[in-house]
Amino acid sequence: MKTSYILKNGRVIDPSRGIDRKMDIGVREGKIVSPSKIKDADVIDLKGLVVAPGFIDMHVHLRQPGKTDSETVRTGTRAAAAGGFTKVVAMPNTSPPTDNPGTIELVKRIAKDEAVVKVLLCGCISKNQEGKEMTGIGSLKKAGVVALTDDGKCVQNHELMRHVLEYSKSFGLPILDHCEDEKLGSGGMMHEGTWSVLLGLRGIPAASEEIVVARDIILAEMIDWKIHFQHISTSGSVRMIKDARKRGVKVTAEVTPHHIALTDEEIKHFDTNYKMNPPLRSEEHRRSLIEGLKDGTITVIATDHAPHTETEKLVEFDYAPFGIVGLETAVPVCMTELYHKKHLTLSKLISKFTVGPAEILGLKTGLAEGSVADITIIDPSLKHKIDASSFFTKSRNTPFDGCEVRGKAMATIVAGNIVYSCIAGIPGIVAHR
Amino acid sequence: MTRWTKKDLLALYDLSAEEIQLILDTALEFKKVSERRVKKVPALRGKTVVNFFVEPSTRTRASFELAEQRLSADIVNMSASTSSLSKGETLLDTAKNIEALQVDLIVMRHSAAGAHKMLAKNLRCGVINAGDGAHEHPTQALLDMFTIIQKKGKLEGLKVAIVGDILHSRVARSNIWGLIKLGAKVTIGGPATLVPKEFRKIGVRVCDNLKDTIEDADVVNLLRIQHERQRESFFPSVNEYANIFGLNRETIKYLKPDALVMHPGPINRGVEVEASIADGPQSVILEQVTNGLAVRMAVLYLVAGCLEK
Repeated sequence: MKTSYILKNGRVIDPSRGIDRKMDIGVREGKIVSPSKIKDADVIDLKGLVVAPGFIDMHVHLRQPGKTDSETVRTGTRAAAAGGFTKVVAMPNTSPPTDNPGTIELVKRIAKDEAVVKVLLCGCISKNQEGKEMTGIGSLKKAGVVALTDDGKCVQNHELMRHVLEYSKSFGLPILDHCEDEKLGSGGMMHEGTWSVLLGLRGIPAASEEIVVARDIILAEMIDWKIHFQHISTSGSVRMIKDARKRGVKVTAEVTPHHIALTDEEIKHFDTNYKMNPPLRSEEHRRSLIEGLKDGTITVIATDHAPHTETEKLVEFDYAPFGIVGLETAVPVCMTELYHKKHLTLSKLISKFTVGPAEILGLKTGLAEGSVADITIIDPSLKHKIDASSFFTKSRNTPFDGCEVRGKAMATIVAGNIVYSCIAGIPGIVAHR
Repeated sequence: MTRWTKKDLLALYDLSAEEIQLILDTALEFKKVSERRVKKVPALRGKTVVNFFVEPSTRTRASFELAEQRLSADIVNMSASTSSLSKGETLLDTAKNIEALQVDLIVMRHSAAGAHKMLAKNLRCGVINAGDGAHEHPTQALLDMFTIIQKKGKLEGLKVAIVGDILHSRVARSNIWGLIKLGAKVTIGGPATLVPKEFRKIGVRVCDNLKDTIEDADVVNLLRIQHERQRESFFPSVNEYANIFGLNRETIKYLKPDALVMHPGPINRGVEVEASIADGPQSVILEQVTNGLAVRMAVLYLVAGCLEK
């Protein structure tokens, strides 16, 4: 393992400092230093590549403990490294869920032994994610969680949500909310619209998400505390969040690569790799999400990486679990859909993976001297075909298998260690496939 | 001359107008067979058909069974309770086990939309859809269309009204696709909660009251209303449905005297349609059942013929 080296000739894009220019970066003992301060260092030539602060995926299901047939901390963090992510935020809907300090300790210990990228943890909002009683938020904070969420579920009781906001504010923990009214669209399988009607599949209306987004904005304003909206999927949500942010309400939002790239029409073949929650929406909603990214309403792209085994997914559409893997497809899909289609500049796109999540979670990002050397190296234009059989994740549930894309994470550096690399002659800890 | 090239019959959405016409023309030949003294032909001799009814059915299953017997096929009947599905086996595993017994065709009914598509993709044997969730019920629509042509001489240009719970109806969806493809004009109507406006996008007229729905129709197809939809707050009561959306002595006056009254069964007498109308001169409800046999023989014959090649 190299302990000091110089990343030479790369195009450095650091949105935290508004930098986008050719420059060299030195790495020594896990930190970023001026290249002139390193003598006799190895040189890694990055001509034609982009050097960015380490990407953060703030919405990942690592499935451990409890569902290790679909993913583990070991495989999930390898997938993250191969996808260009140096930090992932693990969702708490494991089995048992991380609703108490003991389970948090367990996952932290597993991560210490097994993880190749940094794993940050969330605590549950409610005990056992049942939406009835508040978890020990203060104790969870002490155990090291960075946020609270009941992801996959949504607290339906408005009074509980209000109290959680007031209480978590005093511990400085933001709430990440999966917004879904459980009655409106209950039993739904896909977006309620033309395609659900034609296919005879039960629909989940946009209103199911929007009603809770509206509730959360009202409560966030009332309590003056932070709510981050997970995987926003509708134009109404974007409109309300835009308005709330303009008024100074502490709300932020993320969108997934699949909601940007795909629509509900894909479900016409009943392929369960297009089944996720929130569901793929119509073209009109998809365009609004892209607009939200462009105008800054949505500051984060997160994958909602949700591994499921083939056995779980190869069933009737009604019976298949929601969710798809995303860690290894996020960069190529977003490069193709947002950068190459000229919706976002490279710098703006990179900020959605770096500055956006860092601000919400209170994390450091950037390539300034003295910073921890978490670095993502990208080829923004490399043409390739997504091949699910080469994934590091344990699961293969992706709708993007076989897609022709442009852009790829070429190397992932965590605290100076080259964890993943597919650059010729530069070995990573995780072998390139 | 159109030739049948599909190993499965999954949905009328997938078929061309010519393919639908081919099934209807073939059914006409088989109807003649059913009117003979000896009703059996050897068309499927040596072929094995499994009737796999994951969702219970009596009439469709009896109709398929009889159609298979009249074509001289060997038959095995399975239901969800007699299969390993109740022991936790996946649908695909159960189906692959059936296929491993050298079965030629699986006729399946399933409560989940699209279940047939998954099987057809993963199996070599043919798959015939006998109803999948709220998605499609192609042979029901084919027998409805066959009956209309028998009575009216054509489909093109005819106005067909479908009344009732369109949202949850596989019969409605298959009828809509089939009728549109053969040039009929389709109107749907019923309680606004159960009649999705999205069907306008494919050229269907959408109404929310009975008069507008049926008044210039040549054919009225009344769908069965399921009582559990009341509990799900789609409509207030069966009584109100019968009064406002049912075809009764009061509302039949909207209907043209020569309009056909159809129903896919089973009928809730006095709800969708008053008994005297169901049994009256405009009703072709029992003829639909008779024609169903000929249509299913045609489908089995065409799909099995394709498997040989």
